Formats: sequence, C-alpha cells, structure tokens
Amino acid sequence: MGGLMDLEGIRADFPILKRLVHGKPLIYLDNAATTQKPRSVIDALSRFYENHNANIHRGVHTLSDEATQLVEEARAKTAAFIGASKPQTIVFTRNATEAINLIAYAWGRKFLGPQDEVLLTEMEHHSNLVPWQMLSREKGVRLRFVPMTADGRLDVEAAGRIITPKTKLVAFTAASNVLGSLTPVEKITALARANGALSLVDASQWAPHRPMSVSAWNCDFLAFSSHKMLGPTGIGVLYGREELLDAMDPFMGGGDMISRVFLERFTPNVLPHKFEAGTPSIADAVSFGAALDYLTCVGLSRIAAHEESLTRRALELFKAEPGVQVYGPQDTSERGGVISFNIEGVHAHDVGTAFDLEGIAIRAGHHCCQPLMMRLKVPGTARASFYLYNTLEEVEALVAALRKTRDFFLRRAAPVG
Amino acid sequence: MMSRPGDSELQDLYRELLLDYSSSASHKGLIKGAELHSHGINPVCGDEIELTLNTKAGAIDRLRYEGHGCVISQASCAMMAESLEGLSVEKARSLASAFKEMMLSKASLESLPAELEIVRALEGVRRFPMRVKCATLAWNTLLQMLAGPKGHAAEFQEVEG
Repeated sequence: MGGLMDLEGIRADFPILKRLVHGKPLIYLDNAATTQKPRSVIDALSRFYENHNANIHRGVHTLSDEATQLVEEARAKTAAFIGASKPQTIVFTRNATEAINLIAYAWGRKFLGPQDEVLLTEMEHHSNLVPWQMLSREKGVRLRFVPMTADGRLDVEAAGRIITPKTKLVAFTAASNVLGSLTPVEKITALARANGALSLVDASQWAPHRPMSVSAWNCDFLAFSSHKMLGPTGIGVLYGREELLDAMDPFMGGGDMISRVFLERFTPNVLPHKFEAGTPSIADAVSFGAALDYLTCVGLSRIAAHEESLTRRALELFKAEPGVQVYGPQDTSERGGVISFNIEGVHAHDVGTAFDLEGIAIRAGHHCCQPLMMRLKVPGTARASFYLYNTLEEVEALVAALRKTRDFFLRRAAPVG
Repeated sequence: MMSRPGDSELQDLYRELLLDYSSSASHKGLIKGAELHSHGINPVCGDEIELTLNTKAGAIDRLRYEGHGCVISQASCAMMAESLEGLSVEKARSLASAFKEMMLSKASLESLPAELEIVRALEGVRRFPMRVKCATLAWNTLLQMLAGPKGHAAEFQEVEG
C-alpha cells in the first residue's frame, strides 16, 4: 500500500468538482459510467488543437510529424501502463465495446464455427455479450456462461466444470460494473490456457482503479476505455498478443489500415495500423496519454487503497441502515468501489432523482447488465461508484441522502399512530 | 397530513398527491376478457403498464391496470385511469394527446382541461426531462390501445433518446 494521497490537491485538479448541482456542491459518484477529467487532460486536448493539429502517418509536413509522434507516444504510454512490452500490440479503438467487437469480428469470424464454444459469464456488460451473440447467430458458435455465487462473485469452480475442449475463448470481466466483484483473473486465464482456449479480459472497471499487467495476467486479449480513467471519450484500447493480431484479418477497411491498394485488392498494413482504418480520434489519443501520466503520477496502488477505504466505510454505513439491500461481496478484498443497492419499496429511478436533488450523481437502472438484473431478480439498482477524487465526507453525504430518501418515500408505509 | 423530511424541490416533484396515487389500489387489476388490452414498457428503466378497457355506448366504462415501476409512472397511470373513466373514447384520446403535449412543452399544466385536474400534480416532473417518459408511459400505452381494433393486444415501447 502506498502512502497517503494529497486528496485536496487532487480535487483541485478537477475543475468540474467546483460546480453546484441544484444549488449544492456536486458529489460525483457515477465513476463506473464515466469519470471526470483533470486540468492536465483538458489542457492536453486544447494544446493539441492549438499547436499540433494535423492528420497522422502520411503527411510530410512538420505538424503531421508532430501529431504522429504524439499519438505513438500515447500508444507507448498505454503499453507501459498495462505491462505490454510492444507498443504495436496496442490498437486504439473508439471504446472498449469496439475493441470487443473487433475481436468477435476479426478473430471470431475467421477462426470459430458451429463446433466451437465461447465461455462468458453471467456478470458481463452487454458489450461483452451482444458481440458474441451476433457471432453465434452468424457462425453457430455455442455460448456458455459461468454462473456467479450467491454473494455475487464469479464461481471459479463452476468455470472449471463448464469449460470443455470445445471452448476456444473465455471472455470475462475483471471487475463487475454492477457488483464491484473482482475476478481472480490469473485463475481464469490459466484455466483457459490449460484447456487450449484463448482469454479476453474486459478490464474497463479494473484498469482505472488498481495495478495490472497483461504479462502477469497472461491474457491473450484485453479491452478497456479511456473515458473511465480520466481520459476523453472516443478512445478505447485493445491489447492482443502479437501473433494472434497478426493472424487475424482486418476489422474495417479504408485508409491507414493498408500497405498497398490496387483497384481490386489490397494488402494490409502492419500492426497496429492494420486495425485502425480511417483518421482516428487523434487529439483524444494524445490526451489519453496525459490521463495515463496523471494516474501513474498519483500511483495505482494508492488509488486502490483510497477507494478501498471509501468502500469499506460505505459498506459499514449501508449495512447499518434498515430497509437497504446491498448487492455483491461484502469483503473489500474481493470487490472494488462500486456499490449497487436498493431501498426496499422505492424504485431505483426515484432514488436517483432524490439523490440528484442533493447534488449527488449516482446511476440507476440496469447498468447495461439486463441478464445480471434478472439473476438478482430486480428491475434495476441504484449504484454509487468511487474514484480517486472522492472523499469520506462524500460517503457520509451519500448515506445521509439514503436516509433522507428512505424516510421521504417510506414514512407513509409505517403505521400512522 | 404528516410533513415529510426533505427540501422543497423533492416535495415539489413528489407531491403528496403523487405518492398517494402511486400506491392507490382503486383502479388496479385487469378486466377479464376486456374489449381493449395493451402493454407498455420503457426498456430504459423496465417500467411496465398493462391496461384493460371496456366501453359502453362510445364511452370508457372501466379502465383497469397493473404495473410496476417508479412513483411517477405508477401515479400517472392511476391518475389517468381515474380521470378518463366515464369520458367518451374521443374525449379521452384528445385529453391524452393534450397531456403529452403539455409534458413536453414549457406551458403550465394549470391550463390542462378541468377533466385532468388531478394530473396537474405531475407539474414538477417537467423540470426533470429524463423523467418525462415515466409520466407519459401510461398515456402512450392508452393511445396505442385506442388506435387498434377491438380484441387486439397493443404493444407500446418507449424509445431511448
């Protein structure tokens, strides 16, 4: 565990944290959906447009060369951030969703057929379900699902029973965006490898919050999004082992992804450009690099420790509140800073609106996990999710809002005496 | 009436009348073998409304519903059922359209026709654009039902955006 963070200094770096919502200071607890941006990221965006803006890779002029270098620097930073040794194994996409679709399309369509199985989990975000459903519909691939335990952890033992020699890929989330549960990633990737399957890790809810490395995880593919880790929207990351990316066909066709083009055929470019057709989100890639710098400077271990202290306090306080149901593991060693809950008798959307009136931004609904909601037998949940700039005082305010909301909506339910 | 904790904005949105209607049982239940039947859903939040309706001489004789969802969607449905029962089908259709129009406009609900007096309690919802669809779900489901032939089960689905 690292030393303490300079929380006040960090908060001062995020201009939006100064704003009021409904006349109250913003308490932003919707970080699992997207995160706020520090000044350095916002500045990197405008600095790029003010000083370096040009298209990349084909220009011979100074600005194009600068822009190209800045994007490639961001790629190298991304590789270092996730412990990948080669920058060419980092493909920039629009978001994690596009990264997963890329694998389903360019790897799945080429290598999978009706005899094959893809193993997913009950906890997946729609972005790691629907692309495989589309592949299944087209190629007849069978989808199977690892269940979760009653307390919302991935059932690793069940995974061992469900995997078969037909399983060609295990695609799973490293951290649930609903329950906060952390997956023992190495165990699942090892299980996949032992059964001759590849692994794809959805790290969207892990990479922003705690240290990780693709070499330690020994995964074959990895996907995550810039906007959930202080960076701009419009940039996502796909990591793939070099020989796997090489063996795949291109995803989209167009400029930049080609080496030579004739009227009736083309030869694809080398990695990673083979998968980056058309002008990418250049300024966003560059300022994503600034976000990674910021996270690295604060330190992922410190961020994880800070979030754990917020989560522990929140769980303690939530547990003491009557009429409140909290989902997911209770032990903070098995979960991250995402807390899904319901106030019994109050609809999650009414909770979300009541919290908004307190200046507290939380999420309410199915969180792009409708199958998981069916498993929990609820139409939706309210969800608070923490990040490095949140404070213990904000956790207290969250619980105060919880009490106020419950009392407001449920007072009538108590017998009037 | 008991006072509630919370600031005026919360009380303005979730007026007492709204909370009363959201848990009201007076028009709950489905009519067996109803002339008209429709099912409405808002996939964004999962709110659902099922409406059944019988007419008598061109008027709404009975309007009954089942549903689950937030206070706003359920209260709006209960208020709709109470307001429209007894009115002609034509009148109900025009009132539903008027209500929808008002919810999407800046105009005050105070100018709604007298038949929709209780519905004015939904006034506060218009300041929360992301909740307007909660209030209109029942009314859209009704309009869909009235547009279809008798004996046909209509479906209404809100779209995102």
